[in-house]
Amino acid sequence: MDLLGYGAFFLTTALIFSLVTLGLNLQWGLTGLFNVGLAGFVAIGAYTSALLTTPDDAARLGGFGLPILVGWAGAMVVGGIAAALTGMATLRLKSDYLAITTFGVAVVVQLVALNAQKLTGGPFGIGFIPRPFGSLAETPLLFNLSNLAVVSVVTLIAYLALEHLSRSPWGRVLKALREDERAAISLGKSARFYRVQAFAVGGAIMALAGALQAHFTGFIAPDNYLPILTFQVWVMLIVGGSGSNLGAVIGSILVWAIWAGSGTLTSILFPPEQQARAAALQIAAIGVMLCVILLIRPNGLFGDRPRRSWLGKRAKVATAKSISPS
Amino acid sequence: MSLQFVVDGLLTGSMIGLGAIGVTLTYSILRFSNFAHGDFMAWGTYATLAVVSAIGATVGKVAPIAPLSFGWPLIVALVIGMAFTALLALLLDKVLFSRLRSQGQAIIVVMASFGASMALRSLLEFTFTSRPTYFSRAIQIAMPVGFGIRITPDQIALLLLTAVLVLGVHLLMTRTQTGRSMQALSQNAALARIVGIDVASVVRVTWVIGGALACVAGVMIGILVQIRPFMGFDMLLPMFAAAILGGIGSIPGAVLGGLIIGLAEAGAVQLIGAEWRAAVSFILLMAVLFVRPIGLFGVRER
Amino acid sequence: MSEIVLDVRDLEAGYEPGVPIVRGASITVKKGEIVVVLGPNGAGKSSFIKAIAGLVPITGGTVFLDGKDITAAPAHTMVRLGLAFVPQTENIFQLMSVEDNLRVACGILERREIPARIEEMYAAFPDLVRQRRTAAGNLSGGQRQMLAVARALIVHPKVLVLDEPSAGLSPKFVSMVFEMLANIRKSGVTILLVEQNAKAALAIGDRAYVLVEGKDRHQGIASELWNDPVVAELYLGQRPSQAGKGGTA
Repeated sequence: MDLLGYGAFFLTTALIFSLVTLGLNLQWGLTGLFNVGLAGFVAIGAYTSALLTTPDDAARLGGFGLPILVGWAGAMVVGGIAAALTGMATLRLKSDYLAITTFGVAVVVQLVALNAQKLTGGPFGIGFIPRPFGSLAETPLLFNLSNLAVVSVVTLIAYLALEHLSRSPWGRVLKALREDERAAISLGKSARFYRVQAFAVGGAIMALAGALQAHFTGFIAPDNYLPILTFQVWVMLIVGGSGSNLGAVIGSILVWAIWAGSGTLTSILFPPEQQARAAALQIAAIGVMLCVILLIRPNGLFGDRPRRSWLGKRAKVATAKSISPS
Repeated sequence: MSLQFVVDGLLTGSMIGLGAIGVTLTYSILRFSNFAHGDFMAWGTYATLAVVSAIGATVGKVAPIAPLSFGWPLIVALVIGMAFTALLALLLDKVLFSRLRSQGQAIIVVMASFGASMALRSLLEFTFTSRPTYFSRAIQIAMPVGFGIRITPDQIALLLLTAVLVLGVHLLMTRTQTGRSMQALSQNAALARIVGIDVASVVRVTWVIGGALACVAGVMIGILVQIRPFMGFDMLLPMFAAAILGGIGSIPGAVLGGLIIGLAEAGAVQLIGAEWRAAVSFILLMAVLFVRPIGLFGVRER
Repeated sequence: MSEIVLDVRDLEAGYEPGVPIVRGASITVKKGEIVVVLGPNGAGKSSFIKAIAGLVPITGGTVFLDGKDITAAPAHTMVRLGLAFVPQTENIFQLMSVEDNLRVACGILERREIPARIEEMYAAFPDLVRQRRTAAGNLSGGQRQMLAVARALIVHPKVLVLDEPSAGLSPKFVSMVFEMLANIRKSGVTILLVEQNAKAALAIGDRAYVLVEGKDRHQGIASELWNDPVVAELYLGQRPSQAGKGGTA
């Protein structure tokens, strides 16, 4: 019974990661937009929803005690707007500028979370975030299962919506732009607008995932949104194979299993005073794993990105032809 | 407002600027933003620290060179640390970046540098733990130099060192065949090969310069602030902002960008508070991207 | 018969394995000659000459320079081997000064020889002297072409290889460029060039080849080829003429 509860708990976390990875897959896998600050967008969602839904707190702004669904919607709106602004600032430039800017977004969000006590509660974070099935908390199994059900439904909806989007004309335009960055920049405003849209929708999905996580644990703090989160999600996407939504979900579950498993293993194998060092080693190992995957299997397990090398030009022409509306 | 922020800003700016030279060279010659550059800094610093300890263990305690806080062991160790960091950069290029470069997708290389950055930093944390450490625990007396500004001998020495290094790199880039080859490669890689430039050797020089300067910047942070595994990662955003502010590919631009960001940070620390320091780079970065994305000395890409 | 400087046999080359653009082309260039490679659009002329210079992967055949096999030599070693290439476009470093453009190409020269060699180039191309400190990107089209050629000549190449030196130039500059090439030959340099502008190229050339679909289909004395019916036929019924203007001889 305990195992079932843990299984549900594990899957819930993994599916929330999947949601972030799906958002990243829309940005990177489908559109080729590089986001190394996704932890920032997840944090924006978590804090927004927490502010909107927590009961009034004299020590900080809000909370407004609104329904949870309003919190989630608010998270998506704010996350989407933040991503759209980031995109508008950088998408007329080369992709590296977007990478650097998103990196900066994560740094600044972390800074705000830590220091703007009136807004975010500072280093202690925000507690008493309403949980959808809080009343079931006495029976952990039921509680975990109902959380899993909610997260599964949300992830499934996001998955189906993204599958539909990537097959729609909109998705095909994004893929075409992904294949040729120069063209995407030179095509001007209309192309840029497509890419900003994709980046904003991706940001909104990440923010929603952040909100789900916040309501699932009931407590958030700046520590939850360190660069390591960004890194984990990237590994999930690369392992699963960028470009494939199914790959994003499976990659997330797989990597989270490895992560949680190796975490459990180190906590068993190492004495308490060595735990921090063991955790560092765990991160280093995953970093090496990411590099090795990029080297030997850049398409991941389910990826669809064509390999480009000498074949670059020809491959581009071929894809451009195959997706041009007939 | 005290003018002390000028000294603080110039010092921070020197560290950022020396790091940004490597970032801007990597970007203009190898065409990717290297997220592992900050970790070169940290590795160089820890390597230097290790050599200092080794020297201390073999020859015993060495008196500092008055009035500085450090003696010849640190200087020797710095040179060894620079060589080590350069080798580390070359090694990482050989096993990772160069292979991905040959596959032709620049952004994958950025991704890999992000992964490498995580691995490098975590290895430092594993080996040395995340507890801060120092080159010297001696406290230096800051000398008043007028206008309410105080400065320590270490700070003067490091500012001079920065000036010498920047001038050296600038002369190398503009007055030597190696430097001209680097410029040529950054402007037109195909033509560079046609005129007989060996791309592989220019790439090696780029990593050596970038790595060595990153080590110096890291050691400066180590002397003036503290040594931590995250020291380089925290410098990443200021370094990128400085490189973009100065104009990608421009050495004087990177240094000037670093100084501007350093001064702005120091000013912000005085006016708003130290906790918001890291936001300064981001605000300046966004301002540049909106107003003049090619930076101060940049040239529009063709 | 004078000695052969460049000997290309059955060259096959292309960007993708299995899809050759150059399909078994052979030419020879003798010392002191100007050899012209003509051909209709899309004949693979540019790929052919780039393959010789090491810029397009070679999948078959051989390239010998002065009796030495350079087929597999990487592009950056070509100047040392004695082959200097002038690409059709982007053939100067736009942000560098004229002088630095020349100097950056001097990598294989003795250090003390360089200043004198640069002055020799200025003497040969007086237009460049006044612009020596100017960024090369600010030069006129003709001056850019001069700089590109001077940059190639500065290393005493055994053969100078040019890809469409007249492309994109105004008529005034076109005649200037061909005059320049004729003068360079007089000074003893061997030249191989690919040209669209058949009339002007044949006027200064000694021999010419016609390349069609990646293969050399015809050759002859340059001055005779202009009226050669085979050439006209190979150009799909058109007389070789000034680029793109159709048959008006």
